[in-house]
Amino acid sequence: MHGNPNVGKSTIFNNLTGLHQHTGNWPGKTVSNACGLCTYKNSDFLLVDIPGTYSILSNSQEEEIARDYICFSKPDATIVVVDATCLERNLNLVYQIMEITNNVIVCVNLLDEAKKKNIKIDLNMLSKLLGVPVCGTIARKKKSLNNLLDTTYKVCKKEIIPTPKTVSYLPIIEKNISIIENKLKNIFNLSSKISRWVALKFLDSENTIISSIEKHLKINISNNLELKNLKTNILNNLKNVGITQNNFKDFITSDIMKYAEKICQEVYTFESQDYSFKDRKIDKILTSKYFGIPIMLLFLGLIFWITIIGANYPSQLLFNFFDFIQKHLINFADFINCPYWLSDLLILGIYRTLTWVISVMLPPMAIFFPLFTFLEDLGYLPRLAFNVDGLFKKCCCSGKQMITMCLGVTKWKIF
Amino acid sequence: MNISTLDNLNLNSIGYIYSLNTSENIKRRLLDLGLVRNTCIKPIFISPFSGLKAYEFRGFLLAIRNEDASKIEIYTN
Repeated sequence: MHGNPNVGKSTIFNNLTGLHQHTGNWPGKTVSNACGLCTYKNSDFLLVDIPGTYSILSNSQEEEIARDYICFSKPDATIVVVDATCLERNLNLVYQIMEITNNVIVCVNLLDEAKKKNIKIDLNMLSKLLGVPVCGTIARKKKSLNNLLDTTYKVCKKEIIPTPKTVSYLPIIEKNISIIENKLKNIFNLSSKISRWVALKFLDSENTIISSIEKHLKINISNNLELKNLKTNILNNLKNVGITQNNFKDFITSDIMKYAEKICQEVYTFESQDYSFKDRKIDKILTSKYFGIPIMLLFLGLIFWITIIGANYPSQLLFNFFDFIQKHLINFADFINCPYWLSDLLILGIYRTLTWVISVMLPPMAIFFPLFTFLEDLGYLPRLAFNVDGLFKKCCCSGKQMITMCLGVTKWKIF
Repeated sequence: MNISTLDNLNLNSIGYIYSLNTSENIKRRLLDLGLVRNTCIKPIFISPFSGLKAYEFRGFLLAIRNEDASKIEIYTN
């Protein structure tokens, strides 16, 4: 299961497998692959939740994990989860994945959000244009996932055979790709799909990708003299038409985005812009010059106030409760004639320290974290980071660290 | 056609991407998000401590610091 960050992959994963992978309203919370089993029509599926990425070209660690998984572990099917509200950006990843594997299922998630924004998506059209099965889902509603499971089942059993329509790049690039592709096929005996992809990456001088391909397929591309010479020739030819090593990627991405744009024009129908407009208005106030900071201070102040003042009452209650038990424990120790050195150690030492820590620390945490989760669900935290980034930049940090700092502040109260 | 940089674009006015001259890592990330040549981009919000703006393109918002935006060339009509 692949997809852009924060499109609801983990929610779908949890609902299908019954596991409780931590989900959150911020990108990048899944940092390594999580596996889970689910059963459908008496067949077991092993689902793998891959970290969310915007692409599988770049150098970050998650993208490498994601890419290596699709390329080399040969899954029976690859589900790409996309956000219904910004399809264009998501299709970039879909196209990149379709270049590597045929067995792609596109799952259009967040249909409820799209409905709220009055966006209508023609899923049949999308499926036709991409050449792969498309399922619409609302991750939180388990019922809507049945269709996805059914399609996955059929793809795995070869009842549906996806025929992805991949991007064709500029004619000059395509021509050169096929030259290298044929060489690769001859030398290393690769399938045409993989060799086309390797050829593209080879021309792009994606050294990290090439080296992981070499490692997994146990072939040696970068030291092959024939290929090396061919590449230098081609790169020189490309340079003559204005395509250099530096802007090669620009051309590739623009071509993909052109396809994505065309698809969006075909499948999207906007009914009205009202919702997005309302959203914007709220955002405008939350991040405005005069209200942004006061609102932030108000929100945080309120939360801290509730935490600090509110926590005193349960703290006191807990303290009284533990104190009450302590008295009885001491009486009991007297009753069984326990020696003082032992009862003092156990009761006044271990028991008292433990319960003090619990009664002081538990209430603030039990109050603060749900409140902060509430702010997170509202989606306020990114706006918070946006507001204070200017200040944090002065200490070479990013605004995101405000969130960590807020968590830290409660600890001050505790100690 | 006037070429200027993204950080000079006024709030709520529209520009089109001409070239990305940022560092390789940021450039890749921006390309991944679909910020290719000729993409229509519009600054929507400005952070209270200035320093960064939120831009809308391809139906979503992205906050970019001015130091990075100044390396992105745009053209306006």
